[in-house]
Amino acid sequence: MAASVAFDPATQARPRGRPVYELHGVSKTFTRRNVQALDKVDLLLTEGSFSAVIGPSGCGKSTLLKIMAGLLPPSEGSVVLEGKPVTGPRRDIGMMFQQATLFPWLTTIENIVLPIEIRDGKAAARAAYDKARSLLELVGLSGFERVYPNELSGGMAQRAAICRMLITEPAVLLLDEPFSALDELSRDFMNMEMQRICLERNATAFLVTHSIPEAVILSDVVHVMSARPGRFIESVAIDLPRPRTLDMMTGPRFGALVQRIRSHLDQGAFT
Amino acid sequence: MSQAQTTSDAPAPPASTVWTEETSWIDRMPRPVAMLLLLAAFLLTWQAVYGMELVSRIILPSPLETAEDLVVVGRNLLSGDYMLAALWVTTQEVLWGFLIAVALGFLLGVLVGETAFGERAVMPYLVAINTMPKVAFAPLFVSWLGFGIASKVALAAFIAFFPVIVGTAAGLHAADANARMLFRTMGASRWQTLVQLKLPAGMPHFFSGLKNAAVLVVVGAVVGEFLGGGKGFGELIRVAAAQLDTPRVFSLIIYLSLLGLATFWVVAFIQRRFVFWHKETVADGTLGQ
Repeated sequence: MAASVAFDPATQARPRGRPVYELHGVSKTFTRRNVQALDKVDLLLTEGSFSAVIGPSGCGKSTLLKIMAGLLPPSEGSVVLEGKPVTGPRRDIGMMFQQATLFPWLTTIENIVLPIEIRDGKAAARAAYDKARSLLELVGLSGFERVYPNELSGGMAQRAAICRMLITEPAVLLLDEPFSALDELSRDFMNMEMQRICLERNATAFLVTHSIPEAVILSDVVHVMSARPGRFIESVAIDLPRPRTLDMMTGPRFGALVQRIRSHLDQGAFT
Repeated sequence: MSQAQTTSDAPAPPASTVWTEETSWIDRMPRPVAMLLLLAAFLLTWQAVYGMELVSRIILPSPLETAEDLVVVGRNLLSGDYMLAALWVTTQEVLWGFLIAVALGFLLGVLVGETAFGERAVMPYLVAINTMPKVAFAPLFVSWLGFGIASKVALAAFIAFFPVIVGTAAGLHAADANARMLFRTMGASRWQTLVQLKLPAGMPHFFSGLKNAAVLVVVGAVVGEFLGGGKGFGELIRVAAAQLDTPRVFSLIIYLSLLGLATFWVVAFIQRRFVFWHKETVADGTLGQ
C-alpha cells in the first residue's frame, strides 16, 4: 500500500482529502468462460469525493463494483479500504442498486435498520431507531416510519434505500445506477438530493451509471471505461463548482465535459 | 375559446361532448345475481333431466329429494348423532393429514430449495414418487397401520405433501438477485438469508402449495375410507351408494365439500394475515413477485 504509486494525473486533479479506497492493478478473468472482464484498473477515492464510472454495456462496471463491495475476489491486484484489504463483505461499505430492494414484509424503519439487525441482532436494531428517524428526516421521509414499502413511490423507496445504506455509517458508498429506474424528473431531483446528502455527510461515493449528464453533474471525477476487457481510458476531472445545480446542465462548461466523455464512448462502444 | 378564431358562419361547437362507454350486460352483472342465476339454471336443468326421465330415477334423484335429504343429514349433524361422529372422524383425518403433509413438505422443500444436495439428489426421487398412483398405496397403509384413522391420515398426507414441497422450494428461489446481493453485502449468514429473506419472500408460493394440499388432503382421507373402511364420512357415502340411496350420497358429498372449503378458507385466512404485503402484482422496487 505504498503511497508513492503513480495514479492517473486526472484522478489527482482534486487532492481534497485522505485516501479512503484504493485499487491497484485490479484485473478479473472469469476462467470458466475465459472472459477477461477487467484489465489493470487503478482507482483512488479520497475522503468526501464523488467519483463515477461510465462505459458501454458489458464493460465490466458491475464486476468492478462487486469486487469493490467484497462480493467477488479479483484475479490480480489489491483492493484496500481504510487501510485494510477487502476480502469479503464489510459493514463500512454501503451499497445501493437500481431497484430499491426494500422488503415488503418489513416497515420502512425496519427495512432501514435491517443491516444492523443482521450484524448485531434485534436489540441493536431497536436501539438504532432514533438514528433511522434522523436519517428519514435527512432524506425528507419523516412520518413514513411505520409505512410498508408497497405504499411508497419509486423515489420514496429509493430514499429509504439511501437511509438503509447510511445507517451503518459506511466509509464508502457504492451506487449501482441508483436512480435509473425512476422517471426523468424524479431522477434529476434525486440526484440533487444525493449531492446534498453526500456534501452534508462528507461521504465518499462511487457511482456506476449509463448516463453521461448524471455522471457529470454529480462527480468530481468521471472514469471512462472501455469495452471488454474493461479498463479506464480516461479520467475526466469535473471542475464545476459545488454545490451543483440543475441549471448548470445547460451551461457551456457542462456541455463541453459531456461532449468529451461522449467522444470516448463513441470510439469504444461500437466495434 | 377565443372568439377571434371562430368565423361567424361556422356552427358553434357543442357545449358538451360527454359520452359513456358501453359495457355488455354479462360483464355488468353483480356477483350475487350472477351466482344465483347460474345456480338456478343448474337446478332447472337438473329438474328437467329428472322430469323427462332421461336418466333412471334410481340413479338420479330430483333436486327436491336431495334438498330434503340435506335437511335430514343436517339435522342429524346438528343433533350430534352418528353422522357428526363420522364427520369428526374424517375431520381428524384431514387435520392430521394436513399437518403431516405441511411439516414433511416444508422440511423436504427447504432441503430441496436451499441445498444443492437436495436439488440434485433428493428431488429426482421425489418427482419419481409423485408420478406413482398414490392411491395404489392405500392397501399397504391399511396393512401397515390398520383400519383406524392412522391409515387414512397416512394416505391423505401422502397425496397432499408434494405440492407443499414444490411450493416451498419454488418460494426459496423467489427472492431476486439484488436482494440476495444486498444480504451478502450486509454480511448475512446462510441461516439469516434463509430465515429473513428467502422464507418470507417465498411465502406466496408456499401458501399456494398449502391451498393445493388443503384440497388434496380431503381427497386422500375419503379415498382412504373408501378403500380401508373405518367410521368416517367416506364410509357413510360408500354404504349409501351400495343401498342406491342416491339423495343421501349427494347430500353427504355436499357436506363433505364444506369440509374441504373450510380447510381451504382457513389456509386463505392465515395467508391474508401473514402475507399481507403480497399483492398479485407487486410494485417495482419491492420484492415478492
